[in-house]
Amino acid sequence: MTLTKAELADLLFDRVGLNKREAKDMVESFFEEIRVALEVGDSVKLSGFGNFQLRDKPQRPGRNPKTGEEIPITARRVVTFHASQKLKGMVEQNNDNC
Amino acid sequence: MTKSELIARLSERYPQLVSKDAELAVKTILDAMAGSLAQGERIEIRGFGSFDLNYRPPRVGRNPKSGSSVAVPEKYVPHFKAGKELRERVDLSEQTS
Repeated sequence: MTLTKAELADLLFDRVGLNKREAKDMVESFFEEIRVALEVGDSVKLSGFGNFQLRDKPQRPGRNPKTGEEIPITARRVVTFHASQKLKGMVEQNNDNC
Repeated sequence: MTKSELIARLSERYPQLVSKDAELAVKTILDAMAGSLAQGERIEIRGFGSFDLNYRPPRVGRNPKSGSSVAVPEKYVPHFKAGKELRERVDLSEQTS
């Protein structure tokens, strides 16, 4: 099973009492606000869950694995996620029994 | 941006909702996401990214203070991979090209 936006919207309908339309929009906006913050270079800290941070990676040499041709991997900005201690603990414990 | 700032921005977006609703919505979403990872279930959000669990096999670690060896049991750790849209919007070099 995989958690998706549809399941999150159902939860907002059931638990928060938003109507179906509002629930769907709210889930979309939740992720959009995080994207906007990251897009403008702001990190996102969600206590109890984790932090989304930005890393600027310099250009480095790469290779086309098919042809072996050398091509530089351009400098880029990437998003990294660091799970909080709380989330790490939850994941570690609950998967002990599987 | 912190959780409370996220709640504030969402309640600005939805002035027709009471601000408690935005707060409850954020908490509900984060709890569901954490809960699903805790149960060994992955998360996939189109345009944002996916959260998976990576397996770490058991290993023999060391107590850095005493130097004695300790058995570290196997475990799972959460891992996030940014989706295409997020990756492209965050990468400034992508926007200029």
